Amino acid sequence: MLLITCPYCGPRPELEFSHGGEAHIARPEKPSELSIEDWTQYLYLRANPKGLHAERWRHLHGCARFFNALRDTTTDQFVATYKAGEPRPTGGAA
Amino acid sequence: MDKTLAPNAARGALDGFTAAPALGLAAACPMTRFVLRGRAEALAAAEAELGFLLPRQACRAASLDGRHALWLGPDEWLILAPLADGPALGEALEAAMGAHPHSLVEISQRQTAIVISGPRATGLLNVGCPLDLDLAAFPVGMCTRTVFAKAEIGLWRRAPDSFHIEVWRSFSPYVWRFLEAAGAEYA
Ligand SMILES: [Zn+2]
Repeated sequence: MLLITCPYCGPRPELEFSHGGEAHIARPEKPSELSIEDWTQYLYLRANPKGLHAERWRHLHGCARFFNALRDTTTDQFVATYKAGEPRPTGGAA
Repeated sequence: MDKTLAPNAARGALDGFTAAPALGLAAACPMTRFVLRGRAEALAAAEAELGFLLPRQACRAASLDGRHALWLGPDEWLILAPLADGPALGEALEAAMGAHPHSLVEISQRQTAIVISGPRATGLLNVGCPLDLDLAAFPVGMCTRTVFAKAEIGLWRRAPDSFHIEVWRSFSPYVWRFLEAAGAEYA
């Protein structure tokens, strides 16, 4: 079984986790001042890269905390995991 | 037939399931339960009232005189106490933490517990739980939420061959039956 390293609990089986979409998408400070295009960009448009992808995960059946992970979408390998609020780790492609 | 229940009455553990000695299964005695969340000031006040420190290390439990605090998350603990402590413990904790933002929720009725003991305990648990339960990976005193088959449980190792399983009341017959089914191959 794939092991995912929770930043709080350490390596744990993937069954305990749930995926939360792309990471580092900040909610606009003033949505009412956004253009339709910018709002659409924020709401719907995602990078969907082939390769390294920064995404949100939640250790749902564990400490229940959200955190971020750098995962390779072609191999499903987790390159790094880090706490929410921390910057995306450097290194690797993309 | 009178189906009324006194408000907050402690219902029988596992509502009918009591023990399967051949497998080392037993219903834990009814307990008072709280989930506590808060920051440093509130936690310090709670610790002063409880008389012991809440474990800050991930996935560890601490105990004193029949009261237990199980780490659930970085700011979240499960408090277990004797049934007799009842609402008085909650009121005392509320009074102690009153000045500081916190969340204290009584969940005595939401969860119940199963105790599984004996040489087959880890084998039976691993039929439904994907964690590594080797003593080196999951030592005595370790506790965590995890999954057991289709149910979420809290697993706490109290001795090398004895585990306390916290489970939501409505899932408890399922978990119990699943453990019984898992034990069929030992029969
Ligand atoms: Zn975790």
